[in-house]
Amino acid sequence: MGTTVTHAPAMEGLAKDSEPRHGPVNSPRPAALKRRGRRETLAGYLFMSPWIAGFLLLTAGPMIASLYFAFTDYNLFDTPKWIGLDNFSEMFGDPRWRHSVKVTMWYVVVGTPLKLLLALGVALLLAQKRRGQAFYRAAFYAPSLIGASVSVAIVWKAIFADDAIVDRTQKVFGIDVGGWTGDPEMIIYSLVALTVWQFGAPMVIFLAGLKQVPRELYEAAEVDGAGPMRRFWNITLPMISPVLFFNVLLETIHSFQIFSSAYIVGGGAGSNACGPADGSMVYTCYLYVQGFENSRMGLASAMAWMLLVAVALVTAVLFWSQKRWVHYEEGAR
Amino acid sequence: MSAQATDITPARSTKGGNFRRRLPGSLAWHLGSFAILAVILYPVIWVIGGSFKKSEEIIGSLDLFPGDPIVSNYTGLADGIADISISTFFVNSLTLALGSVVGILVSCSLTAYAFAKIRFAGRNLLFTLMIGTLLLPYHVLLIPQYVLFRNMDMINSYTPLLLGKYLATEAFFVFLMVQFMRNLPKELDEAARLDGCGHFRIYWSIVLPLCRPALITSAIFTFINSWNDFMGPLIYLNEPDKYTVSLGLKMFVDQEGVANYGGMIAMSLVALLPVLAFFLAFQRYLIDGMATSGLKG
Repeated sequence: MGTTVTHAPAMEGLAKDSEPRHGPVNSPRPAALKRRGRRETLAGYLFMSPWIAGFLLLTAGPMIASLYFAFTDYNLFDTPKWIGLDNFSEMFGDPRWRHSVKVTMWYVVVGTPLKLLLALGVALLLAQKRRGQAFYRAAFYAPSLIGASVSVAIVWKAIFADDAIVDRTQKVFGIDVGGWTGDPEMIIYSLVALTVWQFGAPMVIFLAGLKQVPRELYEAAEVDGAGPMRRFWNITLPMISPVLFFNVLLETIHSFQIFSSAYIVGGGAGSNACGPADGSMVYTCYLYVQGFENSRMGLASAMAWMLLVAVALVTAVLFWSQKRWVHYEEGAR
Repeated sequence: MSAQATDITPARSTKGGNFRRRLPGSLAWHLGSFAILAVILYPVIWVIGGSFKKSEEIIGSLDLFPGDPIVSNYTGLADGIADISISTFFVNSLTLALGSVVGILVSCSLTAYAFAKIRFAGRNLLFTLMIGTLLLPYHVLLIPQYVLFRNMDMINSYTPLLLGKYLATEAFFVFLMVQFMRNLPKELDEAARLDGCGHFRIYWSIVLPLCRPALITSAIFTFINSWNDFMGPLIYLNEPDKYTVSLGLKMFVDQEGVANYGGMIAMSLVALLPVLAFFLAFQRYLIDGMATSGLKG
């Protein structure tokens, strides 16, 4: 607004606020402006007051409390007792904790790339506008809505049980490994299958990104004789890299926090275990067991902070790496 | 959408003599899409078929459909779970879900309006904090929040499950609404300001009505998330007559075990019905909402 030089003569009457050389005649104007600014600030904070209250009471406050609990011995009933780093040394020395880290890592490292690859592949397929595209898109998206529910976890357990449908189907192909949910090594892959089944949500995001790639780029490349693979690597992938980044970030962070499905498929209600030989004891399950089943709130808080540190590290690495591979259109932001 | 889409055929088809090339391509596309659909739906169809089978028949059979369909898996649900009628769980879940929807719509839209339409000192800092909470693992807050609500004597009530919704702690919806409000034409609210409208008038009479799609998307996602939520009710509710459908289901599984696979599966399907109904009715809003969330990140 201040740069409308060409209109300066005509706008003089309106632009006076920013021209103090007119002297005392206009002095009330800046004051009014300041008052308006203050009113705006007041309105802003008033509108935001629910969020601010929520942030202080339910996010910032609890985070500080959690950090404090992490250094205490706290069982909910007695006052927390400061024990320094004991929770952390107990945690690192606990084979079950290390096991839960391993299980979670497998889940994240295998599940997330598979899910995103499938999402991208199917998005490329659906990006071709053909009859039925909208139907397939909706149908592929549906599992993402119900995948986190207890219902699906129960059904999943039935599907991957011994002698159930997956076991029988793989036997048809001569694979005899038994049901996945009864096997300490395999149960985590039934959870991987469950997350891959929900590829629809990242797929929808990929599709939206693909829709924004300018057609001319492909036409120009085709004229230059670039084949489909070249077009994918040199046009599609760089153009959707911001969307890819977003998906990788969100899916990875979510994967670290898997709880309900592991808890249900592992079937450990108050049993201090999760799955056969803790096969599906993911990180948050162990956190729940220690905190709410064993009443070790201090230890569980320390575990939660380790999770936060891990997630923050992954986020930081991803943000750091995006300089190298994420391509933002000029003027897009 | 699909009717339009078929008109705008890919660039390739505009070339001459494409008829022979287009047909196999289209066939491959349909075969590929259908194959994926079949794999995704296979467990779903098996489960629906299974809910009409006898329990012994469910495990140990590859048949998708029962040889001799029965409905007792469903009619058995009328007995309830642990002497509590199934309808109690549904009413509880519905209360929580609708309560959450109201809270999210009010608190998140007010917050989003401040971020999108009011210029004030500290706005950018607060926005960064808000985005930060989007990436924060919920589990860090789990224990201290539990301690907080326990000290306030609110365990075994719905307050811990609802309070956050009324205080806009679900950053995803704030973000969704901010994105939507920023894209509304500025002229509308600037004109209203010149006419002397206050922020609340602008929020209520101009911005909110225009934000309907974002509000609907948020409402549906909130409903479904609340309906599916398991960890919250698991931690905060401890009397079965306050249980949600998710907790009721878990209790059912723990009681019946493998003996009643049929009842378990039938109950699981019934529990999903509201979510599926919402999906069928509003899938466009859900998919568009999902898509925009990623694009403008």
